[in-house]
Amino acid sequence: MLKWAQTNLSRRRLLGGSIATIGATAICSSSASAQDAHGNHGGPAPNVDAATPAHRSAHGAMITVGSVDNVRNGFDPTAMLTDWYTGVVSELPDGRRQRSFEITVEEKEIEIAPGVMFPAWTYNGRVPGPALRATEGDLLKITLKNNGSHPHSLHFHGIHSARMDGVPGAGVIGPGEEFVYEFYAKPFGCHLYHCHALPLTRHLHKGMYGLFVIDPDPARHPEYADAAKSRLLGSPENRQWQELAMVMNAFDTNFDGENEFYACNTIAHCYAKEPIKILRGQPVRIYLVNITEFDPINSFHLHANFFDYYDQGTTLTPTLKTVDLIMQCQAQRGILEFTFKEHEPGLYMFHAHQSEFTELGWMGMFDVLETLS
Amino acid sequence: MMHEPVNRFLAYAPILSGLSRFLWLLVPVAVLAIAIIWLFQTNPLQGFNNGAPPVENLTIERTILDHNGLQLLVRAGGSDPMMIAQVQVDDAYWEFRQRPQGPIARGDTAWISLPFPWVLGETHKVNFVTNTGATFEHEIAVAVPTPVATSGSLWSQAILGAFVGILPVAIGLMCYPALRGAGPRTMTFLLAMTVGLLAFLLVDTLVEALEFAERSAAIFQGSVMVVLVAVASFLVLVSIGRRHGTPTGLALATYIALGIGLHNFGEGLAIGAAFTAGAAGLGTFLVLGFTLHNITEGIGIAAPLLTIKTTLTSFIGLALLAGGPAVVGIWVGSLAYAPQWTAIALAIGAGAIAQVIVEVSALIVRSRNQGIAALLAPSTFSGLAAGTAFMYITAMLVKI
Repeated sequence: MLKWAQTNLSRRRLLGGSIATIGATAICSSSASAQDAHGNHGGPAPNVDAATPAHRSAHGAMITVGSVDNVRNGFDPTAMLTDWYTGVVSELPDGRRQRSFEITVEEKEIEIAPGVMFPAWTYNGRVPGPALRATEGDLLKITLKNNGSHPHSLHFHGIHSARMDGVPGAGVIGPGEEFVYEFYAKPFGCHLYHCHALPLTRHLHKGMYGLFVIDPDPARHPEYADAAKSRLLGSPENRQWQELAMVMNAFDTNFDGENEFYACNTIAHCYAKEPIKILRGQPVRIYLVNITEFDPINSFHLHANFFDYYDQGTTLTPTLKTVDLIMQCQAQRGILEFTFKEHEPGLYMFHAHQSEFTELGWMGMFDVLETLS
Repeated sequence: MMHEPVNRFLAYAPILSGLSRFLWLLVPVAVLAIAIIWLFQTNPLQGFNNGAPPVENLTIERTILDHNGLQLLVRAGGSDPMMIAQVQVDDAYWEFRQRPQGPIARGDTAWISLPFPWVLGETHKVNFVTNTGATFEHEIAVAVPTPVATSGSLWSQAILGAFVGILPVAIGLMCYPALRGAGPRTMTFLLAMTVGLLAFLLVDTLVEALEFAERSAAIFQGSVMVVLVAVASFLVLVSIGRRHGTPTGLALATYIALGIGLHNFGEGLAIGAAFTAGAAGLGTFLVLGFTLHNITEGIGIAAPLLTIKTTLTSFIGLALLAGGPAVVGIWVGSLAYAPQWTAIALAIGAGAIAQVIVEVSALIVRSRNQGIAALLAPSTFSGLAAGTAFMYITAMLVKI
């Protein structure tokens, strides 16, 4: 007899002739409290108006609660932005340069959002793995050590022989084994590497991926020498730029095939809570890769500004000019170049323009400053 | 043969004094205590620890929507204390406050409040993410402000309760003068009809109770709880009712009214809960359906009184006993109490209904002097059929 009540629960439409009149007011409260420490639930509510953290001014209460313990994780998303792994450089008899890298697979619980632990598979203890950077033409020797409990590999997006491809039968190694991937760095561009052991989805989504950037050799590109020089890490021209390494990723914490957390560089909302400091006069270059599993595409939208885009970074002239949004399918990547030179200082937001991703953690801020303190 | 060993054992068992009996009781208690200490100290079961994360379970018991946003009462049912790390509403993370803060122990509850700007009449999904990354979803099917007990809302709820509870019973009781002086066959028909309608209510109530039980936290073992409460309520009412022999006349009518009243209380709880959950659009048609549906309840209460003299006060009392709880139920239910309470209330009602079924059937059997065969007589059978059929058909008016 009570069935009508329960059936009705799923009905949006209110039946006519209602007996009870209900005041209809739905209000967003302004009395909600900001919480800086995760252990602060239910603590005395600080006055929001008195001390509003920067991110609160833009997103109100719609944000994860608390902060992540970067020390326990062993990596800091802010430091990661500029942390390039350039390897150990040596000269070969023929005059060419060799770069040696060492990467160790390690199983590790990481905190991917405040209070939420994820059983990750990592390269060198971090997710994303180290951002490798070399110059076009270098001989690369990358030693992979598998300290995990499953077979793993390094599969580079680049040009190399079949033996070095990192797929089953060619560089996938069992627990306790070691393998050296050897090939020349080409073509220049913004690439990535990831584990290609099977099943692919699980190995990727557990955190086995990283940026693999090959800078152009200016000598080989005389027609665009200036552009090539500005891309070459460590050159005087390159030092004029602020370069940032960003990996768009996501985590399915309950293993239901849908992501619970989205982020740029693993930690949900990390750059919303700790905005990225940008010097107003200096142009910005972002090496961006999308390695989100389960969702076919991800995107990058910059507020109040436009940028030039180099799809896969394999050209020295933009493939898209003056856009404020690009999208990337899984494993797609590219280089974004823009400047805040004409802007007033302040907080400029960036995020995926899939609102769902944004609201589940993939949102950040550039804090444009006159001088870096 | 079977009894021999038992007897021999009893023969050898020394007769213990009160004190040594008590001391012997200490032995099993001590063994249990030692077992517990050993289990915790040496952890002999660690071999079973296969690295799997703890089992987690979270039940959302109450949802309150007001101008401050959302408040949800959650009950943890994990193998270890649970930690709510983040909370999503409609696929977005929101700041939240938990009271009391910290991990929620097994069986404990906590209030989670979010400053979420909910939208009237629309659906919202709340998703709790624990520290292990497990998620627990809760749907607010239709967002409406949770009623607060003001004199105005209590009054309108009381009117609704009177329409679905008191009015139909009173109308049914008004048939009393017309039915008085009915022949024994009509009498049997009416009593059998009462049994029929009660049988319908019994099944209906039990099914509802089990449905609510399913929505309650696993720790309450909902279905077992419903059955136990129903049986206990049945036995208690039977033993009270039969203190001075099997109830007849006004006493039996009172028990029928009590059973129906308890049923109506549960019904009121569900209607109140429906208000809270946003299904408050009770159409006039629905309310009339309820009224019609419940009229037979009044006739059923009147049936045992047909052969005796009854005062008007008794009738008023019976109408209030059977119908009044609907009002109280709506009041309580609209305050969004947890499903296990509704399940318990409905289970008590089911037990009470079972009791009156037994007593009315006993009355039929006694009055016909035919033993159990009376239940198969044409007048009885047609009464049973009429009662259940009427209830079933009028129930169609209120099913959506």
